[in-house]
Amino acid sequence: MIPEPLKNELQRRVAQAVTNREAAVDVMKELQRHYGWLTDEAVEEAAELLSLTPLQVEELATFYEMIYRRPVGRYVVHVCDSISCWNMGGETLLTQLEKLLGTKVGGTTADGDFTLLPCSCLGNCGNAPAVMVGERQFGRVLPDQIQFILSELRSSNP
Amino acid sequence: MLCFRILFMEQVLFKHNRPGRMTTFDEYRSEGGFVALARALAGMSPDEVQQAVIDSGMRGRGGAGFPTGKKWSFVPRNLPGPRYLICNCDEMEPGTYKDRVLLERNPHLLVEGMALACYALGVQHAFIFIRRGYEQAADNLRLAVAAAHGAGFLGENVRGSGFSLELDIHQSAGRYICGEETALINALEGIRANPRAKPPFPAVKGLWGQPTVVNNVETLANIPSIINGGPAWWKGLAATPEAAGTKLFCISGHVVRPECFELPLGMKLGEIIDGPCGGMRPGSTFKACIPGGASTPYLTKLHWDVPMDFDPVAKAGSRLGTGGIIVFDQSTCMVAATLNLIRFFARESCGWCTPCREGLPFVRHILERIEAGQGQAGDIDILREHVRLLNHAFCALAPGAMGPVDGLLNHFEDELQEHITAQRCPFEGTHS
Repeated sequence: MIPEPLKNELQRRVAQAVTNREAAVDVMKELQRHYGWLTDEAVEEAAELLSLTPLQVEELATFYEMIYRRPVGRYVVHVCDSISCWNMGGETLLTQLEKLLGTKVGGTTADGDFTLLPCSCLGNCGNAPAVMVGERQFGRVLPDQIQFILSELRSSNP
Repeated sequence: MLCFRILFMEQVLFKHNRPGRMTTFDEYRSEGGFVALARALAGMSPDEVQQAVIDSGMRGRGGAGFPTGKKWSFVPRNLPGPRYLICNCDEMEPGTYKDRVLLERNPHLLVEGMALACYALGVQHAFIFIRRGYEQAADNLRLAVAAAHGAGFLGENVRGSGFSLELDIHQSAGRYICGEETALINALEGIRANPRAKPPFPAVKGLWGQPTVVNNVETLANIPSIINGGPAWWKGLAATPEAAGTKLFCISGHVVRPECFELPLGMKLGEIIDGPCGGMRPGSTFKACIPGGASTPYLTKLHWDVPMDFDPVAKAGSRLGTGGIIVFDQSTCMVAATLNLIRFFARESCGWCTPCREGLPFVRHILERIEAGQGQAGDIDILREHVRLLNHAFCALAPGAMGPVDGLLNHFEDELQEHITAQRCPFEGTHS
């Protein structure tokens, strides 16, 4: 169950929209922020807020790259695997990250801190290879830099 | 000679930029910002604004290059009910980051451009559809919208003109197909973003069934300069008499300075790479490039002198696209590069139509086996056949996806053949 203040905030967002479902992506994102991922419960709650069926929400949730329908770690490490990053060593970076985190692509570290996912172009092509951790972008990511970024995040408060 | 030209090239989109930060609203205002809007509202009719855009020869900067004024003219006049403008900032085309740079540096230009476009089109409610991952750009845009509101350039009865406008920002959650304009409209409505059938075109029946114009960020950001300097002056900013205006080229790959530059449209490919980009990085020689984002066929050294403008690049067998130039050096395996591109498109296919949903994974499979040293004699013919077949898809995604394959067949067939004959990738271990 989501707390009352969040529910009220989302109801206000829906009320501002031209039609209820226009707010669908915003509502899914906020619920995901609350739960860490879009849980089955969140899908039901989104449906109620948006006057949709859970199936209609599911259809949207599974469509978008940044809506997670499975549990993820505290931070999701998105490694761009599109052409500009591929051209500048993106594949090597992804392999290094697998080693650093001790998990395969798609997996989550044992401590639940990081989930490693490849992703489509981050629009940071001049700074390839690019990585997005949570909502923060990093460019020209060298192996020792990513190690530093990850350890900073790991020691930060939840 | 080259340096001289670049130094004195006129810029309109990056003119107000500050190094390393966003230009403030007050800075933009003090350098002539919102003068075009104030002038249009005080002394020009909506039709005159539209005519100026038609006369400028502006072609859409989102990839397709459709004439902007013409697109606007398709909106039926005197139809009851609201009409909408959507700014397409779903910049998901790999190799493209110009709209992000523009919004991070000077979002005010877009706000003013949208206000002018809305005035010309009779729009009172406009949307900016922005992709995921562009958090900084979205934050800056929110600041710019708030500042414009505060100064009375947005909201009810702008500058006492009777013209009213609200600008809403919609942040997406990441999917390439949302950049296709009818898919974008579905996404904005909160519907799964499959493309819609055309006709009816959005100009007649778009957002919530109402007349809707969808324009790219860079397109709209140019409108203030067209009004300020006049269409003839703006057109003359280009490098050739056929081209019109400047263009944001965003470069990535094996060059010394892979950055986003505002350059005259029609500047030659080689001039862009040797000039602003600083040439190839040490140890690299130019092998090929993608001229305008992932869906455009390769250009090679043969095309060094092609003017980077819509028609000349089309004549060279490719497309200007978004202006996202991706440069490859001699160490690059073009089969592997094409495989990377096809993997992207196969993953991003929305799955709505069969040619795209089934065809792209099949093409990926063929390229995978060629790259892995298991290519078969008929594979090149299969690829060629699919360039033709995938043209018959519901939207432009599949034909675009086959652009690089088409380029591979046209310019690097020998490299493909070498993979198949030797049963291995000749570039194994050479690429960075």
